[in-house]
Parts: sequence; structure tokens; C-alpha cells
Amino acid sequence: MSAAREQILARVRRGLKRDEPLTADVVTQLEARTTAHESAVRPALGADLVARFTEKLSAVSGRVIPVPAMVDATDGLLAYLDEFDLPRSAVVSQGGLVDEMVWPEGMAVEWRVAGGSDRLSVTGAFCAVAETGTVVLLSAPESPTSLNFLPDDHIVLLGRSQLLPHLEDVWHKLREEVGDMPRTVNLVTGPSKTADVEQTIQLGAHGPRRFAVILVEQA
Amino acid sequence: MKVRSAAFKENARAALGDEALQAALAKAKGGFVDKRRIAVEGLPEFDAIRDVAIEIKEHTLSHLDYYLEQYESQVIASGGQVHWARTPKEACEAVVAICRQAGGRRIIKGKSMVGEEIGINEALGAAEFEVMETDLGEYIIQLAEEPPSHIIAPAVHKTRDQISDLFQAHHGKYGLTERVTEVATIVNEARQVLRDIFIAGEIGITGANFLIADTGSNVLVTNEGNGDLTSTLPRVHIVTASIEKVVPTLEDATTILRLLGRSATGQEITSYTTFSTGPRRAEDLDGPEEYHVVLVDNGRSELLATEYRHMLRCIRCGACLNHCPVYGAIGGHAYGWVYPGPMGSVLTPLMVGLTDTVDLPNACTLNGRCRDVCPMRIPLPDMLRAHRERAHAQGIGGGLFGIGLSLWAWLAKRPSLYRLAADRFSAFLGARGRKAGAFRSLPFAGAWTASRDLPAPARVSFARQWRRRQAENK
Repeated sequence: MSAAREQILARVRRGLKRDEPLTADVVTQLEARTTAHESAVRPALGADLVARFTEKLSAVSGRVIPVPAMVDATDGLLAYLDEFDLPRSAVVSQGGLVDEMVWPEGMAVEWRVAGGSDRLSVTGAFCAVAETGTVVLLSAPESPTSLNFLPDDHIVLLGRSQLLPHLEDVWHKLREEVGDMPRTVNLVTGPSKTADVEQTIQLGAHGPRRFAVILVEQA
Repeated sequence: MKVRSAAFKENARAALGDEALQAALAKAKGGFVDKRRIAVEGLPEFDAIRDVAIEIKEHTLSHLDYYLEQYESQVIASGGQVHWARTPKEACEAVVAICRQAGGRRIIKGKSMVGEEIGINEALGAAEFEVMETDLGEYIIQLAEEPPSHIIAPAVHKTRDQISDLFQAHHGKYGLTERVTEVATIVNEARQVLRDIFIAGEIGITGANFLIADTGSNVLVTNEGNGDLTSTLPRVHIVTASIEKVVPTLEDATTILRLLGRSATGQEITSYTTFSTGPRRAEDLDGPEEYHVVLVDNGRSELLATEYRHMLRCIRCGACLNHCPVYGAIGGHAYGWVYPGPMGSVLTPLMVGLTDTVDLPNACTLNGRCRDVCPMRIPLPDMLRAHRERAHAQGIGGGLFGIGLSLWAWLAKRPSLYRLAADRFSAFLGARGRKAGAFRSLPFAGAWTASRDLPAPARVSFARQWRRRQAENK
């Protein structure tokens, strides 16, 4: 296949009317452009990030459950389980706010990959984005990606301090705190849906039927 | 996929008379247009972001060799493999070879237009793999054994009734006994059946909306979550992507993402936007063990030095299809190949040759809506006109249309005769059509009026009105 590689690159160079390799000067400029990580125009946001996040996620059928502190998250979760008649068992991620969660009495939680018949997952998040109402989830041993897609209900525990203004802020934080890209970065904005039958929006296509964020003010 | 574009005129005529298709198209048309308009109006920075996005794409294309090599080395650094393919045949061979080596037979697929372009399903079927489409729209048309008719809504031509029929015919083996007729029950039926298929999948194949040179990631945009299950659950993940999908950085992709969802479905962002980089990490509990990218050229590198270069900016949002009066009237299948509508009428002749596809650029009305709504401001009408000029220079097409055009040219070169004919013609038709404003049928113009009205001309021709006005102003 390397013959294909050489020929494609040669055709590209010919198309760009440049038979020589790029000069060192140009390469330096391109490297500088990449490492600058600039983004020229971002949508203007209001000052209230929580309001923006809530508005945007709610608009796409996501649920935001605001609670004052982690001790209140338990009640928030219980109310949700009751509302949708969910069993008191969940597959969960580890680390972050999940480790601080006081699970409702009798609730069975298990840290593992999700299977096809799991009803509920509860996970932490890397951060969230007010601009679009998006939650950012990273794959890691503590947070398998299948938790975000197989269960019927996905609940995310998110701290107010994890809320960032724009999508670009995610990449900055990722470089600062994680370094290399994990296998998977999921930007999740609401439940799974499809409009493939007569352009009518139907929730719960293949991923979670419902998506909720317990937003903890003092976390 | 076989090219059936030579039969465009017959296809279009059949499409216009197809009641189910017309019902499905009528349902779709307004929705896409309204949703996009509302989303664009909701982002005051839309045009400024468009300018930046075009700059990003032009910058990348101008240094495409550099960014492709950077992308490749980053994929390798993250533990993945890159396979370069000059032609659809090479691309299919690469995918089949990876699948053979992987040892599984059950393949699940996310939607990929490049996959359609290279004919990957046929190639895998011929190699005796079981391929299941998992995007609901793709799944429906796979059951129907039809190609997609829209680049983001592949089953847009199907009515709910037809989908009910398909499920009834094919889901008996999964235990379906009652006909499902509501949107919710149809979607749920597909969810249940595909769930087992996802879990049994051994190899997952997806497309890519972007490739990131800086990180070696592929970006996948979906609403259903099928792309994520396809790239997460199987042991092997294969990405098929064309070379112009590369952008330098995550920030660059982010800028273009702000245009993509809004232009396609009127969404600010889709439910799922996923960045995948290499195979699962050493301690990860899930994710694929192998990660392959098949990079497809298929003539794109040859476009860089031509007037068609701008086409490489296309992000496959489908806005040009949704705003095209021709697409809206006949749907996507009439175009006879993978890419329909304005972008398809530019791409198809470039990829499969102009000889059998000349009717596609000729069908364009040059109304310019596609160019206006294109987030990348691709001058689609200019490129369609370039195809026409090329066809004329090469003596392709012509026929009755050419004779008519020669007659008109003969008349147009004789101004006094032309004026006389135009005056008589508009006086006659203008008087007859005055009341209705348009003709629903007209002798000798049945080909036109069978599927559209002919607006009645003004009773006095423009040239005559102008002369009169000039005389009055003296």
C-alpha cells in the first residue's frame, strides 16, 4: 500500500504546484499555527453559565436536576428513579463525584462495562459546556465508554465548577490536565434520537432513551 | 454501486409520477429548510464563523500533503494503522484484508458516504462477510435493498407505511408478529433487533466527519448513538474517510462543527460528537483492540489544481440538497449514483466521468440557492456551468436540446426578427394567461407543464416596454 501513499502525496503536491518538500520556514509556520490552538470566533454567551447550560440541554430533551450539595444528590437520584420506575441498581464509573456519592439505601452499584440489558448508568464527567448544553466524557479504566451508550437511562453527576463556557475550553483543559487524547472523547448533548422515519423526532434510537445531569452547585 | 445517471431523464419522470415518493418528499422539504433558517438566525456569528471555516479548509488544502502526513504519524503514534487507497477498488481490498485478518464475520456499520462511494458493502458481501447497517435510515434502505437518497437522511424517500411493510417482511425471524405502524414502535422495534446485532458485532466500520492532524483522531457526528456503539463494542474499528476530511486542530474542527449541525438538521450540536484516537488503552475495560483508517483519494488529489478545487471544502451537510428545487421535485435516486442534488451533480461527473452523467449539471436551474446556503460558500452553480462547458467542448450530450439551442441562437442573432417573435409570443400567451397568472397545461409544452406550471409572460415584452419608457422620458 505504500505505493498508493507515495502516489497520492505526489499527486497532492503536483496539484499544489509544488514538487519540492516544504521549506523549513513554512514548516515552522505550520507548527506554530497548530500549537497556537487558536479559534477566531466563538458565539457570545450570557454571564450565567448555569442558565445557558440548562436552557440548551433542556431544549434537546435532556434533564438538568440542580442540587445545592453532594449530600442532596442522593434525593435527586431517588426522585428520578421513582419518576421513571427504575430499579435500584446501576452500572457506574469511578472517580470524581461518583466517589463522593452517598447511594440510596439498598441500591446496588457496580463498576464495570455496560451490557445490553442494563437499565441505568451513573457516571461522572470530565467537564461540561454551557455554549451547547454538552457533557464531556472521557474513556478511561474508571469510565468505560459503553456506560454512555448501552443503558436506557444515563445520569451524570456534574459539579458547577466543571462548567466551561465554550467547546474550545474543553481542548485547553484536556491538554492541561490529561495530556494526550484518551481513546474516546464523547460530547453528549441530550438523549439518543432519530428522525429517519418521516422526519419525526423520536427519542431512544440506539443510545440512552433519557439523559439527565445532576448539577451540584457546591462541587 | 452501478452508475445509473445516464437514465436521469427517465428516472426523473418516473420520480415525478411516484405518489409515495412525492408524499415523502413533501413531508421532508419544508422541515429541513425551516430548521436550518431558525438555527442560523439564532447564531449572529454564523457568517463570521463561515469566513473562518473557509479559511481553515483553504489553508488545509494548500498544505494537504503536510497535514495528511502529520495525521498519519499521529494515528500510528496512538497505536492505529493507516491504509492509503488511490481507488475504490484499493479501498475495498484494504478493508476486506483487515476484516479477513481480524478473523470475524459479523460486521456492523455506521453511516458512511465514502463507504457508499467505494461500494464497501458489495465488496464485503462478495467476500462472504455479514454486513449490518445500524443507522436507522441506512438499516431501512438495506432491508429495501436500495441506495441512500439523501446524504444525511438516507431513507427520506420512504413513507412510514413502506417502512412498516419492510419490518413486517423482514422481522418475522426476530419474532415480530404484529405490524408496527407508529414512529415510536417502529424505532423501538429497530432498537431491540439491532441491540443484539451490536453486541454480536466483531468488526465495526464507521465513516468520519473530520480527521484531526494534530491528534490523529477521527470525529463522528450522530444523533442515534449507533456510530458510538459501532466504534466501541467490536474488537476492531475501521474508519473509512476521504483525504479532504483532514483539518489541522481540534479547534479547527470545533469551528466547522458550529456550521455542520445547523446547516444539516438545524441542530446547534448533534446528540453525539465523538473523537476517537487509536485503539483502547492498556488498562481500558472496553473499546476496540485494533484501530484502522482507510484513507481514500478516488480522484480528489487531481482536483486541487482545477476549477473544482472548492468542492473539496464540502462537509457533506446536505443543505444544498434541501434547498434545491430539482432535488425537491425528484428526490435523490433519480440522480443515479451515490451523491445527489447540487453537490452530487458536481461530484458525480468528476468521479465517474461526464459522458453518462451530463444530464445532472444540465438539470440545474442555476437559481443559486445551493451556493447561498452552503456553509462553505462553495460556488456550486459555477462548477455546474463548468461541467456544461466541458460537455459542450467535448461534444457530449446535445441531441434535441442542442438543435433547439441552435434555433434560438439563429433567432437571437437577428434582433429585429427576434423582437417581432418575442412581441407576438408574449402578447399571445400573456393575454391567455392573464387571469390565472400561470399555465397548468399548454399545447407543445407538455414536458414542462406535466410537473410544473409555466408562469404567464407579461403581455408587452420587456424590450417594447423599455422603448416606450425611453420615448416618454424624452
